[in-house]
Amino acid sequence: MAEKMIRVVGLEAHYGLGHALQELNLHVGRECVAVMGRNGVGKTSLARALMGLDPPQASGSVELLGQQVLGWSPHRIARLGVGYVPQGRRLFPSLSVDEHLQLNTRKGPAGQQWTTSRVFELFPSLGRRRRAYGDQISGGERSMLAIGRALVTNPGCLILDEPTEGLAPAVVEDVALSLKALSREGVAVLLIEQNVKAAVLAADRAYFMAEGRIVHETADGESMSDEAILGRYLGVSV
Amino acid sequence: MNTFYFLTLNGLTMAALLFIMASGLTLAFGLMRVVNLAHGAFYLLGGYIGVQVIRDTGSLTLGILAGGLAALAGGLLMERFLLQRVRGMDLSEALLTIAVGLIIADALLVVYGGQPVSLPLPRELRAPVDLGVMMYPYFRVLIMVFAVLLGIALWLVMTYTRIGAAIRAGVDDRETAMAQGINVPLLFGGVFAVASFLAGIAGVVGTSYMSLTQGLDVRVLMLSLVVIIIGGMGSLKGAAVGALITGMVSSFATGYLPQFALFFLFLPMTLILVFRPQGLFGRTA
Repeated sequence: MAEKMIRVVGLEAHYGLGHALQELNLHVGRECVAVMGRNGVGKTSLARALMGLDPPQASGSVELLGQQVLGWSPHRIARLGVGYVPQGRRLFPSLSVDEHLQLNTRKGPAGQQWTTSRVFELFPSLGRRRRAYGDQISGGERSMLAIGRALVTNPGCLILDEPTEGLAPAVVEDVALSLKALSREGVAVLLIEQNVKAAVLAADRAYFMAEGRIVHETADGESMSDEAILGRYLGVSV
Repeated sequence: MNTFYFLTLNGLTMAALLFIMASGLTLAFGLMRVVNLAHGAFYLLGGYIGVQVIRDTGSLTLGILAGGLAALAGGLLMERFLLQRVRGMDLSEALLTIAVGLIIADALLVVYGGQPVSLPLPRELRAPVDLGVMMYPYFRVLIMVFAVLLGIALWLVMTYTRIGAAIRAGVDDRETAMAQGINVPLLFGGVFAVASFLAGIAGVVGTSYMSLTQGLDVRVLMLSLVVIIIGGMGSLKGAAVGALITGMVSSFATGYLPQFALFFLFLPMTLILVFRPQGLFGRTA
């Protein structure tokens, strides 16, 4: 786990008057790491800051795949080999399922192993909707397509912002397990997640956020489904 | 009945010119939410340069190309050296394009004077052809054919090519397109250049229909904006339908009720703005 594919040090970000991220440190190697926290603690701000979206006044250090990317344009970060599944999927209504995948298919840090047909193997129901447009498919299919669209870029690291939101439990499990499998293939997966079950299934370890900071990091051997931790940082009981 | 056919054909000619003007403009508008208010000045620039080249060389084809290239150069320079510096500041962008438009139009006034200029067309293109219902100038028929072919070509590019898909993605959701690795600013530069080229071409061929005069830049710009607002920003289909509506209304209103021409021209736009602000074929952001 020595190699750090995602390395964030002292990241501070302001949006308008709000202070979204403070002194934030985290790192991800070739593993799947979850970021958990309640609504509004800055999880999405973190994902957006990593992708260079609406560049806030950010300072600190964001290293993705060995490059210092703070201040880079989002398309340059994506082309570096960073896959991104935005919150709310953000599919293109004017593009068909096929077009979403074809437009993004490229050789990336992960080589060329992810293709349109492999995405359809992973998500068979998506394969049956190839000609449907981005706004004509079901919620589950939207998540699958948003993930598939990131996979065909053959990313070296993958940032997912609540990919399982609104999915049926069985599908949540599929998605979680495929993310875990992906990290075993050497992709760094940063999974921002509210769904504890998905996070536990997919992730090797977890960070917990509150008020724009990382407030807890699971130690070696510490379970992220530990009731005390979940109760304290998420306010849930399992 | 003859008047009716004549106004219909004039409406179609106007629609063809407006489609050539608006098709590129609407895609550029959709991509970066920047509306180029110098687009009318590019029309004028293309027109004057094109007429000059036709007079000097006697070649209509060269003149049309020269007019397109002059506007293309103007568009490229403006996008590279001016627009990029104020990117993301909506008001500055709009004001900048107005300023460039005024400067170009005034420069043209200095160089070419204020006398109306018409297109020196060879006799065989000026001659009317029999369209079955009536005789109509051959060159105007060619303009309509060109607009239709342009529409088909643009539609094929938008539907079947990777660049077309990238443009559609960028129009749908610029931010997400960028986060998926699409270089939207570069794409915008390309579309902007093509749109300028088309405005220049429209300026040359349109001069066979409307003489080049001061103030024409503002008139064609306004009509193009009406087309885009009716059709919906970023929609090619919208530009086609918007151009047809605007061209027909403009022709018939001018023919039958000239004192209400502007009223009828802006009425559909106003209704659309109130009841369907995204336009007939636009998507809600």
